[in-house]
Amino acid sequence: MTESTRQQSNSSSTAMKGLVFDEPLLFEMGSPGRAAYSLPKCDVPEVELEALLPEGEIRDPIKSFPELTELDVVRHFTRLSQWNFSIDTNFYPLGSCTMKYNPKINEVTAALPGFAQHHPYTPEALSQGSLQLMFELQEYLKEISGMAHVSLQPAAGAHGELAGMLMIHAYLAKQGAQRKKIILPDSAHGTNPASAALCGYSVVQIQSDERGLIDPAKLESMMDEDTAAIMLTNPNTLGMFETDIIKITEIVHNKGGLVYCDGANLNAVMGKTKMDAMGIDVLHFNLHKTFSTPHGGGGPGAGPVGVIDKLEPYLPVPVIEHTDGRYKLNSDRPDSVGKMKAFFGNFGILVRAYTYIRSLGPEGIKLAAEMAVLNANYIKASLQEQYHLPYDGPSLHEAVFNDKHQLKHKVSTMDIAKMLIDYGFHPPTVYFPLIVKGALMIEPTETESKETIDGFIEAMKDIARQAESSPGIFHDAPYMPVASRPDETTAARSPKLRWKPSA
Amino acid sequence: MEIPNDLLYTIEHEWVRLKDNRATIGISDFAQSQLGDVVFVELPAEGTELTKENTFGVVESVKTVSDVYVPVTGKVVAINKDLESQPDLVNSDPYGKGWMIEIEVSDSSPGEGLLKAEQYAEQCKNQE
Repeated sequence: MTESTRQQSNSSSTAMKGLVFDEPLLFEMGSPGRAAYSLPKCDVPEVELEALLPEGEIRDPIKSFPELTELDVVRHFTRLSQWNFSIDTNFYPLGSCTMKYNPKINEVTAALPGFAQHHPYTPEALSQGSLQLMFELQEYLKEISGMAHVSLQPAAGAHGELAGMLMIHAYLAKQGAQRKKIILPDSAHGTNPASAALCGYSVVQIQSDERGLIDPAKLESMMDEDTAAIMLTNPNTLGMFETDIIKITEIVHNKGGLVYCDGANLNAVMGKTKMDAMGIDVLHFNLHKTFSTPHGGGGPGAGPVGVIDKLEPYLPVPVIEHTDGRYKLNSDRPDSVGKMKAFFGNFGILVRAYTYIRSLGPEGIKLAAEMAVLNANYIKASLQEQYHLPYDGPSLHEAVFNDKHQLKHKVSTMDIAKMLIDYGFHPPTVYFPLIVKGALMIEPTETESKETIDGFIEAMKDIARQAESSPGIFHDAPYMPVASRPDETTAARSPKLRWKPSA
Repeated sequence: MEIPNDLLYTIEHEWVRLKDNRATIGISDFAQSQLGDVVFVELPAEGTELTKENTFGVVESVKTVSDVYVPVTGKVVAINKDLESQPDLVNSDPYGKGWMIEIEVSDSSPGEGLLKAEQYAEQCKNQE
């Protein structure tokens, strides 16, 4: 297949057609004497800088500083913005990241002056609206998850993990029985062991069984009175529901341990199941995944954390209380793990998540989860002839394939991912979870149309065909973007972190 | 795949060169090929006491980040400082210039539990 036919075969992709500018750095542009604006003639006596400041306080002039017109600068940044690949331009099936569409109404509410311009030092009495929104968002998250209490402070998923692990640590310390270990499945997100280690725990890995799930018998043999908690993800990173979750949490609780659930995959089960009923003691939410707030380069995240009753005293301060029709911030909580974030978390993000939940309503939330599962299973069913499924049990919101079939032709997961870019799709998550060699982890989310998903499936099938018929073309793929295969090794070994004038 | 006969190995793919009461340690050719291009190696400070089977450092490649395990109990007497600026030595010369640490052995039978070259070769075959 030639480049031009590849372009034609892909009617759903528009991003890679038309003019793509190879944009130089601003430092490489311009001409001496150019400026974005001209100042009027100075009407006061001019004074030399040297006359005002002592020696040593005046910086040397920056060599080769670019001199540009306003139009030069506007075009530069506008062109760069056209290189952006985002959920607003294309399908983005990045597994484990839940790259769902972020409805624009979220931006409208977050931009309301009462929210956007609300200074965090505004007195409580004048902040009732914002506090009410936060309080109600907590209530919604409680209702959706089943957790008894929620703090909105953490700024991201991993920050929520840390908050949760700090609470577990504080709880055990208060019992006078601190423990040393945390058990983690080998399919866990890398942030989990990091959060556990930051709290001073050592990490013990439990191998997933042949189903890709936690084996209760194995857990039973590992769980002891020195283990503070298990950190699991349900559904797990293979998109599979831990069918033995009740047994698992019982085993941990019987030995006095706690159960942390990473909420990364909440989208698959939101509104459909109660985490507390499964025996989960702590859960974090990724508002930027499940609740449609900007994700990745689009803005800060938010990782609220929910806990059961016995962990309530340890929640980060301040907590929002609602008494006598007034909302109050309470920091007088001696057992609290303290503050996790300046002020009250990423408030603008909270407004967006609140808007999303209110827009969907209870039925909409459930339907979103169902559609996310349906879309993923549609992809899984459509591609299982072409791509190997290392764990073929029932799965929910994502499908994890690998490159076993394509490797016979020396085409790897990385090659498949790179080739997908030429079809106008963001590659799925690759080489994760670690228990799958050459993993291709696809999560379509609920917000994609059947046409888009069919386009993606066709592209994946086409790539599988090409891997057999002309594996040689994969080596240099993708062909259409401005940059094709950045040299990751050199970038990591000797990174160029800023522009420097040539000598 | 190079697996020198004069070295001992661990299941986690470290190699050990035992000489008198000193042990030089690195990761095997198999390990470096599985990891891909190594971009960073974190090693303990000289003088650190290490206990067998605990981790002593971290190897980061473009693909993944892996712990490296202590094959022999003892005190770190030297670390390969070249790896700071040239982590690729782990790829190009895993048994030579890519060595990681040297330990003053306090184990009375330091070779115990370690694999001989042919046993290790068998292990690698199973993992390919």
